[in-house]
Amino acid sequence: MIPELGHFALILALLLAVVQAAFPLAGSLSGNRPWMTMARPLAYGQLTMIAVAFAALTQAFLTSDFSVLYVAEHSNTLLPTIYKISAVWGGHEGSLLLWVLMMAAWGAAVAAFSGNLPLTVVARVISVQGMVAIGFLLFMLLTSNPFERLFPVPPEGRDLNPLLQDPGLAIHPPMLYMGYVGFSVAFAFAVAALIGGRLDAAWARWSRPWTTVAWVFLTIGIMLGSWWAYYELGWGGWWFWDPVENASLMPWLVGTALIHSLAVTEKRAAFKSWTVLLAICAFSLSLLGTFLVRSGVLTSVHAFATDPSRGLFILIFLCIVVGGSLALYAWRAPEVSDGGQFGVVSRESALLGNNLIFVAFTVLVLFGTLAPLIYEAFNWGKISVGFPWFNKMFLALSPFLAVLIGLGPATRWKGDNPMRVLKTLWWALALSIVVLAVSALPLFGHGSLWVPVGLALAAWLFFAHVAIVRERLRNKGGLARMGPAILADLRGSGRSFYGMVTAHVGVAMFVVGVTVLSNDQLEEDVRMSPGDSHELAGYRFEFLGAQPAPGPNYMAQRGEFKVYRGDREVTRLYPEKRAYMGGGMPMTEAAIDPGLFRDIYVSLGEPVGDDGDWALRLYYKPFVRWIWLGAILMALGGVLAVSDPRYRLAGARARKPAADAAAATA
Amino acid sequence: MPPLIKTILLAALLALAMPASAYTLEEFQFDSPAQEAQFRDLISKLRCLVCQNESLAGSQAELAQDLRNEVYRMMRAGQSKDEILDFLVARYGDFVLYDPPLKPSTYVLWFGPFVIIGIAAFFMLRAVLRRKPTGDEDISEAERERLRALLETESAAGTDEPKQAT
Repeated sequence: MIPELGHFALILALLLAVVQAAFPLAGSLSGNRPWMTMARPLAYGQLTMIAVAFAALTQAFLTSDFSVLYVAEHSNTLLPTIYKISAVWGGHEGSLLLWVLMMAAWGAAVAAFSGNLPLTVVARVISVQGMVAIGFLLFMLLTSNPFERLFPVPPEGRDLNPLLQDPGLAIHPPMLYMGYVGFSVAFAFAVAALIGGRLDAAWARWSRPWTTVAWVFLTIGIMLGSWWAYYELGWGGWWFWDPVENASLMPWLVGTALIHSLAVTEKRAAFKSWTVLLAICAFSLSLLGTFLVRSGVLTSVHAFATDPSRGLFILIFLCIVVGGSLALYAWRAPEVSDGGQFGVVSRESALLGNNLIFVAFTVLVLFGTLAPLIYEAFNWGKISVGFPWFNKMFLALSPFLAVLIGLGPATRWKGDNPMRVLKTLWWALALSIVVLAVSALPLFGHGSLWVPVGLALAAWLFFAHVAIVRERLRNKGGLARMGPAILADLRGSGRSFYGMVTAHVGVAMFVVGVTVLSNDQLEEDVRMSPGDSHELAGYRFEFLGAQPAPGPNYMAQRGEFKVYRGDREVTRLYPEKRAYMGGGMPMTEAAIDPGLFRDIYVSLGEPVGDDGDWALRLYYKPFVRWIWLGAILMALGGVLAVSDPRYRLAGARARKPAADAAAATA
Repeated sequence: MPPLIKTILLAALLALAMPASAYTLEEFQFDSPAQEAQFRDLISKLRCLVCQNESLAGSQAELAQDLRNEVYRMMRAGQSKDEILDFLVARYGDFVLYDPPLKPSTYVLWFGPFVIIGIAAFFMLRAVLRRKPTGDEDISEAERERLRALLETESAAGTDEPKQAT
């Protein structure tokens, strides 16, 4: 009964979406006010309906209702409760339901926090979101209904994919989807602006916080995915350039270009039509990513749920969205003037460079991901494109980006004197050259030239931003008073500035992490008997043997290690090898001792012989945490920027009565 | 299910599952750390042909195990990296390589992106730098004023009662 209720709620949501797509937009074009005011209640209604459907599916999981096909395929009575909940989005149908739930939540958020926007804009934005919702709800109801019944009812369900039975993966998809779907808001704002034919700085200011929030979620989502792959897949890698990973990276790259180009549009009313195009691309690439992941056209190590017939639907949907919005763009954009002249040395130029490089990155990822398909389509043979290709391509462009990130914020809008920029940055430049020279000394024995280059670029990024902060606070005392001055600035108008600085310092951390890790990590495969010791990177690993350890729905072999540095015991590690009841490949649960400057990582291979020997993998991973800390700093920077009072996201409602009162007195 | 039966069942499952389980390189003996590093590098850049996008270094499949042994055998027999790669490509095609070499059939792969980036950059620069003869040079004073007014009064406009009686 409850699953049918969920199904019914989904159908109602579709009907609401049709009304939402049609009436507010029509109202905004014909000046029909009542139709426009329908937008907000419709957005709330949409969220309510989908939340009911989501709750119904969750309930089916919690009660192990195996008469629902999707539950029978992705759950099991032995599954711990937390994974019964995360199993709701553990497969194709459920992840789509999560996707539409989040889209509806974004729609409702726009409705709730847009009190300061003209009604026509709100109506159009919510209408465009309704159109996108129609596509996804139709897709679900026609090809991927999560409430499909199963008869006869099996006594026990199949299990959730053991890879997904992990806290990291329980929250990774929701974060990622919040990002993907969040770009639908930027998309909706862009399309609404094109419909209205008015692309101006106000439009940029309105859509900017939404875009940044979506970007923050996507950043965190990708970071969690990378972290999860690192500890769960058991080979210690953090990025493999797998199609599924690339699918999430492409919207992020375009989204990063977009938040920078929005800054130009807001501040200088330039780049207008280009910014709109980026907003369209960011969401289109989110859809393309979904298509690639869901259709199974690409082979991926993470392909959890694929079905070619569904691919066709998404492909058609993708064509409508991309084709429709690009047609609208081609029709409307030429009317937009792209004002705002700027000199060769100016903030605009730097941001233009940023956009060029991020677009190039996106082209590289898209091309590398699709190249095997292209080759097959043209009968040029079967090829594989893997990490060596992507690494080479990215390494060729990244240094330019790093240099630019330091220069851009130090340069003034419209035009600047190169000597003035140099005067601000000279000591940052000098320090990074020192870092380059010192780390290139043979003393440190870095075989690769990339280590000094990477460290110097990171130093440049960091010190350039210190210099930029100093320049901003030039009149507020010397270095000693910088702390209080920054705090005062944060209470004032400086939040988006410090958000930018934080995010860019995050890039510096990321660069350090990638550089050091990829050149100095150590890995060893050894066979050890209980009582044996093995040394790696100055750490001595003592193996105490492995014991059976039963879990709720699996049986594990649990190894025990003591790790010493000299005579001091650093930590004890307990890696596991699990065989799940549901069958499938055994899972390696690596044991990790995390640290700011190094991780020690042990994973169990397989038992060898009859004397309790094991084949083991030991890793030493220097600075690996800096990769994710860098990403966290980038996301924090985004949060700080959004909290800038000038967006008044949260304050919009509070201000409303005051403004009304002011209008009344007038 | 009683816990004992559950445990026995699980143990049986575990025993069944083990043969296909994760491998390590401990069985391979190397003359020098450099040779080991070269072996690791080699297998990390070769694709496991039957897997869903996994390298020989990462895969647990049986075929991957066989290929690893093959690569190891050839390396111990003193064959160079290129000889090993040539042998594998002759047998399995370019598909086995994660790092396709530069040759006529891969020109599209290596140069294609830059052609596309060039085209994209052209259109982007045109979109950004294009100037209409009548285009506003900057945010004009009037525009600035209009925007300020818009952002100031936006809350009034956003309410359901647009017309303020004066």
